[in-house]
Amino acid sequence: MADTLLDIRNLAVQYQTDDATIYAVNNINLAIRQGETIGIVGETGAGKTTIAKSIMRILPNPQGKIVSGEIRFKDQNLLDLPEKEMQKVRGNQIAMIFQDPMTALNPIETVGYQIAEAIRRHNKITQAEADRRACDMLETVGIPMDRFGEYPHQFSGGMKQRVVIAMALACNPELLLADEPTTALDVTIQAQVLDMMRSLKEKFKTSVMLITHDLGVVAEFCETVAVTYSGEIVERGTVEHIFDNPQHPYTLGLFGSLPKLDTKDRRLKPIKGMMPDPTNLPIGCRFRDRCPDAIEACAAAPPDVETEPGHIVKCVRAKEKGGAAV
Amino acid sequence: MTPLLEVRDLKKYFKSRAGLLHAVDGVSFTLEKGKTLGVVGESGCGKTTLGRTVLHLIEPTDGQIFFEGKDITRPKKRELRKLREQMQIIFQDPFSSLDPRMTVSEAIMEPLILKGGMSRAAMHAEVRQLMDTVGLATRLENSYPHELDGGRRQRIGIARALALKPKFIVCDEPVSALDVSIQAQVINLMLDLQEERGLAYMFVTHDLSVVKYISNDIMVMYLGQVVEKAPADELFANLRHPYSKALLSAIPIPSIHNRKERILLTGEITSPINPKPGCRFMTRCRYAREECNKPQKLEECAPGHFVSCCCYKEINDLEEVNKA
Repeated sequence: MADTLLDIRNLAVQYQTDDATIYAVNNINLAIRQGETIGIVGETGAGKTTIAKSIMRILPNPQGKIVSGEIRFKDQNLLDLPEKEMQKVRGNQIAMIFQDPMTALNPIETVGYQIAEAIRRHNKITQAEADRRACDMLETVGIPMDRFGEYPHQFSGGMKQRVVIAMALACNPELLLADEPTTALDVTIQAQVLDMMRSLKEKFKTSVMLITHDLGVVAEFCETVAVTYSGEIVERGTVEHIFDNPQHPYTLGLFGSLPKLDTKDRRLKPIKGMMPDPTNLPIGCRFRDRCPDAIEACAAAPPDVETEPGHIVKCVRAKEKGGAAV
Repeated sequence: MTPLLEVRDLKKYFKSRAGLLHAVDGVSFTLEKGKTLGVVGESGCGKTTLGRTVLHLIEPTDGQIFFEGKDITRPKKRELRKLREQMQIIFQDPFSSLDPRMTVSEAIMEPLILKGGMSRAAMHAEVRQLMDTVGLATRLENSYPHELDGGRRQRIGIARALALKPKFIVCDEPVSALDVSIQAQVINLMLDLQEERGLAYMFVTHDLSVVKYISNDIMVMYLGQVVEKAPADELFANLRHPYSKALLSAIPIPSIHNRKERILLTGEITSPINPKPGCRFMTRCRYAREECNKPQKLEECAPGHFVSCCCYKEINDLEEVNKA
């Protein structure tokens, strides 16, 4: 596609520990178009954060290793870039917001300085000019300019996350990786921050990859969705595909597990069992042991099946409903 | 019938350098056997302090607590020990609430040892029974917490709380740290246990959708005070307090249809240190006016439905008009 901004092909990432290899991301394919907002949904250990860290090339060294695949950002494979070139991309063309705003900021520097630092890192400008732009960014995220000289501990959680967002957007990146940006915040503050991110995204025309475990946030914020499980993308499509016509048994299970505000049922329908051990993944479909619809064919690696245009399901049984393998 | 637990005008103030911090400020409620009271609010609203004060993990500043009709506000040491058998707590974080050097069976046995009067063999049998009840496989007996995932750890926490056969359990955000599919398993377990054993829960959480699921009655707290209290169905059908409305509207709904109108609150929660006498939500309320500076009190707006807002009627009429 002409307007593809980021194209991940066959990415596999492993972590090496003293006594085992953790298969964190297993041959995923994912493309993000210019201006697109994609939600990466999944539970703890599904490999969501590892995908983002691979794009930024900030996997823990030496434990984390990209064993295969390509990450194409515009015309270059990020994995081929020398570290020096990568530093020009990181924070400038691709920025990342981390989950916990309390630990993402330096406690002994003022917030203004930290934002200006990001700007100076990538632009040849004076400190005064960088400070001025940092002030503008603070205002953009709804923090009065006169708090420029304050330290992170003087800000509440929601305000700190705004500072982190200001820092990430300071260089006007083309792609923003947001790793659970609102998980640590209260719901009313989450609503404020999401609302702000939405308007900034439109203003700066940034593509966003939003990593979250919260399907509600995805429904409100994203255009497309990828559901991850055990280091694989098990289902992807537009929000309409995923929310109106979920196909993969895991996606269906996730929706069933959610307490709903509009039901009389007193019991939830959890998915039985737990996610497989990433050091010892089962052969074939990884969801097989927890799946209510498993059949013998699930013992072989499941194909990617396109059930409707743009809606891809990693499940052999999706074929029965008329899908074609891709 | 005497309720299992009755709390009257409970207050807990903490001294801080800046002044008196009103963590819990005049909270009253009753809880019947086998029922669940949901306590909802955001960080800093005093919901955790309330739970801990009721259990005497923190001593109350003022107010009264009755358990099975008996005043337990200022218990003697020995009384308190007895009381603890009846009242237990499940903590939020299954990672930090377990001793990393105790195996699963040691952790579950600890309350039995403290109570005393049981042989080693009897305690072992009891531990196995408890593990079975909460759905932990016996083979995990000698595992350490770090070997287990969050869902299993929380089951240990539940088994510990159940060990002395309490009548009342404070559940302080018991599922917030868990993934949704595991969260559903744990909530179902708690519902089963309640049915089997007639347990009363005080379920403290920030998650309105979870609380609706399991509660009979719900209290919404803001800065140490109850702003709205009602049976669960009634509350969700007829929200009255502007804060409860904003809180509900802020929850992202996992559906792409029936988009609701979002009430976006401006500003953040104000300080609970030396609060002014008026409505504490006033600074963020879009309907705030002169009268809100006066102290607010809970008023019954429908049978069993209490709201602490001097202008709830006008606000409701106004919103009806706006809708039409």
